[in-house]
Amino acid sequence: MALDKNQIAKRIAKEVKEGYFVNLGIGIPTLVANFVPNDISVEFQSENGVLGMGPFPYEGEEDADIINAGKQTITTLPGASFFDSAFSFGMIRAQKVDLTILGAMEVSENGDIANWKIPGKMVKGMGGAMDLVASAENIIVAMMHVNKAGESKILKKCTLPLTGVGCVKKVVTELAVLEVTPNGFRLVERAPGVSVEEIIKATAATLIVDCEIPEMAID
Amino acid sequence: MINKKVNTVEEALEGIENGMTLMLGGFGLCGIPENSIAELVKKEIVDLSCISNNAGVDNFGLGLLLQKKQIKKMISSYVGENAEFERQMLSGELEVELTPQGTLAEKCRAAQAGIPAFFTPAGYGTEVAQGKEVREFNGKMHLMELAYKADFAIVKAWKGDEAGNLIFKGTARNFNGCMAGAATITIAEVEELLPAGALDPNQIHIPGIMVQRIFKGEKFEKRIEQRTTRKRN
Repeated sequence: MALDKNQIAKRIAKEVKEGYFVNLGIGIPTLVANFVPNDISVEFQSENGVLGMGPFPYEGEEDADIINAGKQTITTLPGASFFDSAFSFGMIRAQKVDLTILGAMEVSENGDIANWKIPGKMVKGMGGAMDLVASAENIIVAMMHVNKAGESKILKKCTLPLTGVGCVKKVVTELAVLEVTPNGFRLVERAPGVSVEEIIKATAATLIVDCEIPEMAID
Repeated sequence: MINKKVNTVEEALEGIENGMTLMLGGFGLCGIPENSIAELVKKEIVDLSCISNNAGVDNFGLGLLLQKKQIKKMISSYVGENAEFERQMLSGELEVELTPQGTLAEKCRAAQAGIPAFFTPAGYGTEVAQGKEVREFNGKMHLMELAYKADFAIVKAWKGDEAGNLIFKGTARNFNGCMAGAATITIAEVEELLPAGALDPNQIHIPGIMVQRIFKGEKFEKRIEQRTTRKRN
């Protein structure tokens, strides 16, 4: 069975390690925070200027002055701090943030990512994505393997305008976990019940399958 | 103490003319200078170039200026959530310069800090790199980006004093913190305007030298774009 969005987030949460500062993008990445185990210490950064983000506020406790990069009302946890936008991207550029998790429309086998523009159709802007992917050392992409028309979004070469080049390290989709290697995508794990053949069929890029592929552990 | 206090928004915005370049603080609708934007609408100033991370929503923030077609050019990182913006952009009525958010912030900070240009890896290998000088540092490719030049910066702070010192609240600091002092004249609108001496100098986020005019905003609606809550158990 292909994973749902929460299961993708659950799998990615396993990549979050003790002591990490983590930046979560909009969409599936935001859900990752819900699945990080309580017994490890991590801090979530939002590029609009907060470290130590907590859960959404209780009804009636929303504060218009405290939001995340998705413009959602949030709370802060003990140890949190606020700073301006230049300082925020300073800590991103200087690689103080250990892990960046973001969504994508397309990724290619050399680690390129496209997620900000569909020419003639959608022009919303890149927001902080270009800064994040250009600077972060560890980038995990959360995305769907195929689009609504059934076409693969895991490509030899991106067709949409790029957000960054050669930056993606790992991709987690509803079907598989892929690693970007110098020789292309390497299949690391498959969704429970999904066959290697199905994943190959859904992947337009070259897929390296060099061992027995285990199923993802989704509790 | 050099007194920066002006009494009204009219007085604060004096000298803003058609065709000028403005920096406006805020992220989404958080920390935007609402009172100044309302006054710009009222003054019917046109052909503005606006440096602002976002363009508001259809009926609030910079969206109000867009509706009245007062903006000629927007320099932003993200302009979703605004149908009128999209319409004007696709029809060619509005010129748009999309800039990575960190680059946008640093172009403000560079102006604030007197640095004419800087190098950043953001946008290398993308269409943002077109026409820009590329240089390799420490094995990584970077683009040269220039500091912004703006006539007025309009920022919003939580508390300020007559000397122009500013304190922000929460994530409403965002671009306000790097735009203050980044233009020829900086106007600050604040929720609470106090006499000099009332704010602890240790707690000041932006020193008054960066601010030429400060006024107390008449009202702050503080609209929330994405009200998200959790249920109590």
